[in-house]
Amino acid sequence: MRLDSKVPAGPIEQKWTQHKFEMKLVNPANRRKYTVLVVGTGLAGASAAATLGELGYNVKAFCIQDTPRRAHSIAAQGGINAAKNYQNDGDSIYRLFYDTVKGGDYRSREASVYRLAELSVDIIDQCVAQGVPFAREYGGLLDNRSFGGAQVSRTFYARGQTGQQLLLGAYSALMKEVQNGSVTMYPRREMLELVVVDGRARGIVVRNLLTGAFESHVADAVLLATGGYGNVYYLSTNAKASNATAIWRAHRKGAFFANPCFTQIHPTCIPVHGDYQSKLTLMSESLRNDGRIWVPKDPDDPRHPNDIPEEDRSYYLEETYPAFGNLVPRDVASRKAKDQCDKGRGVGSTRMAVYLDFRDAIERLGRETIEARYGNLFQMYQRIVDEDPYTQPMMIYPAVHYTMGGLWVDYNLMSNLPGLFVAGEANFSDHGANRLGASALMQGLADGYFIIPYTMADYLARVQPDRLDGNHPEFRAAEKAVAERAHRLLSIRGKRTVDEIHRELGLLAWDKIGMSRNRRGLEEALSEIPAIREEFWKNVVVTGKNEDLNQSLEKAGRVADFLELAELMAFDALHREESCGGHFREEYQTPEGEAQRDDERFAYAAAWEHQGDGQAAVLHREELTFEVVTPTQRSYK
Amino acid sequence: MGKTMNLTLKVWRQKNAQSEGRLETYALQGVDADASFLEMLDILNTQLEKRGEEPVAFEHDCREGICGCCGAVVNGQAHGPLRETTLCQLHMRHFNDGDTIVIEPWRSRAFPLIKDLVVDRSAFDRVIRAGGYITVRTGSAPDAHAIPVDKEEADVAMDAAQCIGCGACVAACPNGSAMLFVAAKVSHLAHLPQGRVEANRRVLNMVAQMDREGFGNCSNHYECEAACPKAISVEHIAKMNREHLRAALKPAGS
Repeated sequence: MRLDSKVPAGPIEQKWTQHKFEMKLVNPANRRKYTVLVVGTGLAGASAAATLGELGYNVKAFCIQDTPRRAHSIAAQGGINAAKNYQNDGDSIYRLFYDTVKGGDYRSREASVYRLAELSVDIIDQCVAQGVPFAREYGGLLDNRSFGGAQVSRTFYARGQTGQQLLLGAYSALMKEVQNGSVTMYPRREMLELVVVDGRARGIVVRNLLTGAFESHVADAVLLATGGYGNVYYLSTNAKASNATAIWRAHRKGAFFANPCFTQIHPTCIPVHGDYQSKLTLMSESLRNDGRIWVPKDPDDPRHPNDIPEEDRSYYLEETYPAFGNLVPRDVASRKAKDQCDKGRGVGSTRMAVYLDFRDAIERLGRETIEARYGNLFQMYQRIVDEDPYTQPMMIYPAVHYTMGGLWVDYNLMSNLPGLFVAGEANFSDHGANRLGASALMQGLADGYFIIPYTMADYLARVQPDRLDGNHPEFRAAEKAVAERAHRLLSIRGKRTVDEIHRELGLLAWDKIGMSRNRRGLEEALSEIPAIREEFWKNVVVTGKNEDLNQSLEKAGRVADFLELAELMAFDALHREESCGGHFREEYQTPEGEAQRDDERFAYAAAWEHQGDGQAAVLHREELTFEVVTPTQRSYK
Repeated sequence: MGKTMNLTLKVWRQKNAQSEGRLETYALQGVDADASFLEMLDILNTQLEKRGEEPVAFEHDCREGICGCCGAVVNGQAHGPLRETTLCQLHMRHFNDGDTIVIEPWRSRAFPLIKDLVVDRSAFDRVIRAGGYITVRTGSAPDAHAIPVDKEEADVAMDAAQCIGCGACVAACPNGSAMLFVAAKVSHLAHLPQGRVEANRRVLNMVAQMDREGFGNCSNHYECEAACPKAISVEHIAKMNREHLRAALKPAGS
C-alpha cells in the first residue's frame, strides 16, 4: 500500500494557509449532528476537545484518571518553544523549523514541522489569554530561556511547572465547554478497543474503571491523544498509568505504527537507586542553561566532588562541543553520559551517574537567582536524593522520557484508517528521530488547538452523519473480546505479579533496545520478549474481579500490550541499519562516535502494519523528501 | 541499598462506599529508607498479591508531586509529616525502624469514599466548571504582548496557580472546607488583567457551587495551608473573600 502523506503542494511557507482554504467546512448548524470521541485529556486531547466543543460538535472526552487535569502533560517542567523572537536574537519561524528538522536528525516530515513552527506563535497568544502565568520581566513582558539544540532563547516557561500551567489552561477551556454542554466528560474510563465499521473508525469500547462495565461509544470520528509508550521500559519518567493500550489496540485494528524504535532517553534524570524503585524523575533540561556537566578525570578519584579542583575535572560536553556546550540535543548528551560511565568514569554509589554542577552559576548569579529559576527542581532533587544541590553537584543519569514513534498520520493527522485521528505524543509526526526540548508541549497544543479542528472538519464534511446503532455486530464483538480478555487475565492466578514481569521486560528493553543497540542484542530481544509474554499469560497473578475498581487488572491489560509493542520496537530497530537521533546502532557510527545516518537507504518513516499474532508486521515506507533543508551530518561542535 | 526498617502498618480497608471499613494491620520488613512512601505501599501490595489477596487501592500517577492523584492521611496528617510534600515525594527515611504508621483516606462529606484509600474528588471539577476559566475562544487571542502584566502580580498569580487539586486542604480542615482550593483558582485569575473581565461572575458562581457540593465553611484554622504540598497561602482566601464581597455588592450588569 502506498502511504500518501497528503502534503499540500506549493512553497513550504504557504502550504498550511492554502490547505486551510481548500479544506471543506461544516456549517455551524450541522456540527452538532456529528459526534466526535477524544481519548486522552493531556495537552493535545484537552485542547482538541475544548476547541471542537467551542465549534459546536458533539464531543465526548475520555480519560483514565479521576479528572482530566491529571494527564501526564502536567509533569512537563521546562517550557514551550515559540518563534516569537521577543528576544531579538535572530529567531524566526524558519529557524525553529530548521532547528527541529535538524534536531530530529532528518527523519521528520518537513511540511509538518514547518506548520508546527508557524503555529507556535499562536499557542503563546492563546495561553496568555487563558491566564497561563508565564514568567515575566519587570516591564510586564514575557521572559524566555534556552533549551538544547538551539542557539536562541525561545522557550517560554512558568517556573519549573510549564506543563502544569499549560495543561490547566487547556483543562479550564475543556471545563468551560463541559459547562456549556458541548463536551461530555467521561473520567475513569479506559479505551480497550477501537471499532472499525466498513473501513472507518466508528467508535470505541471503554472499561468503566469503577464498575468494570464495558461501554460502547459510537461516533463519526475518533481522536486518540493518549500519549507515548515510554513505560515499555518499566522505569521511565512517565507517570505510572501512562500506557500504549489505546494506540496498540488501534494498531491491531489496522492503524500503522510508525518508527516504534525512535525513543528518547533524557540526559538529566535522577539516577536509579534501588530495585524497589517504581519510576524515574526528570530534572528539567532547563538546568543545562546554568549547570555544568562533568566527571572526575581520574575514575578512582576518592574525593568529594567539591574538593576536586578544576584541573582534575572533565567538562566533557563543553570540551567536545564548544559551540553548543552543555546545551547539545538530548540524544547527544545522553549518549555521552553513557560513554563516560561505560569508561568507568561514572560517579556515585552505582557509578552510573555524572555531575551537574551549579557552583559557577551560583557564584556568578547568586543563590537567589538560581532559586527563582529552578527552586522547585532543586527541592524535588533534595526530597528524593537527600542531598543539597545548592552546596554540592547534582548526580544525574539518562532515563527514558519520550517516544517519537507512534501511530502513523498524514498531514491532516489522520491515520491510514479513515476517521481515526491521532494527536500529540501518540502520533509519530513532528520530531523525527529525536525531539528537541520544549517541543512536546508545542506539538500537543498545535495539534489540538489549531490543526485537528480544521482537518477533522474536512473529514466530517465528506461523510454523512449517520446514527450507527451501538448494537452493531462490530461493537458487540469488541465488547465480547475485551470482556473475555479481562476474564482470561483474572483466571490465570499464577505466581508472579504484573509489576515483576513488567520490570523484567523493562530491564531487557533498556539493555537491548535502549540508549544504544546492536544486531546481536536486538536479535536476542526478539527471541526473549515472546518468552516473557508467554510467561505472563501462564504465570501472572491478577487478584479481585472485573466488576470493581481493580488496579491490578488495569495494569495487567497495559503490560500485556507493552509485551507486544516491545517486540515491534526491537523489530523496527533491527531493520533500521543506521544510526539517527535516539536510535543509535553501534555498527553505524562515525570515527568520532557520532550517529551515522544512511540517507540512501533509510530516509523514510517506517510504518508497520499488524498481521496477526505470531506473524511479522509488514513494512510500508513514507519516503521523506527534503525540499528546503538539506540533510547533513548533524554537528553541534 | 540504604538502611532498612521494619514497620507496622495500619491501613484503612473498605470494599466500597456501602460496606463497613476497618483498619487492617500488616507487618512489613526490610523497607529501604530511600524508598518513597508509595514504593513502600507497592512492596506491601506485592506481598498481598502473592498471597492471592487484594492489594490496597490507592491513587497515584506521576509520582513527582505534580499530578495531584496521591494522598492519604498518615498518622493523622494529610500527606504525612513533611511540609510542602505530596505523599509520593515523602521518603521512608523520615520514619524510624519499628514505627507504626496509620494510613487512612481523605475524609470529607464532599469526597465520598470509593475503595480503601480512593475517594471521589469530582466535586473539584464541578467547582472549576462553574467558572474557573477565562472565556476565550481558540484563535481569538491578541498577541501575547498586547497586555503587559505586572511581574509581581504575575508571580502571585503563579503562586496560586500551582495548586495540584489533591484535596489535602479539605482533608486537613476540621470543617472539610474547600476554601483554599477555590481561592487558589479565583486568586490566580483575579491577579491577571485577562482574568479581571469576568472576575465577579467567576467568584460568585464558584463559591455557590462550592457550597452546593457540601464543603464546610472556613473558620480560620489554617490547617489547609499547613497541609498544602504547594504551600499555597491562606492570603488567597482573604483575596477571594474580598473579591466575593465586591462582586456580591455590585448590581447585576455593572
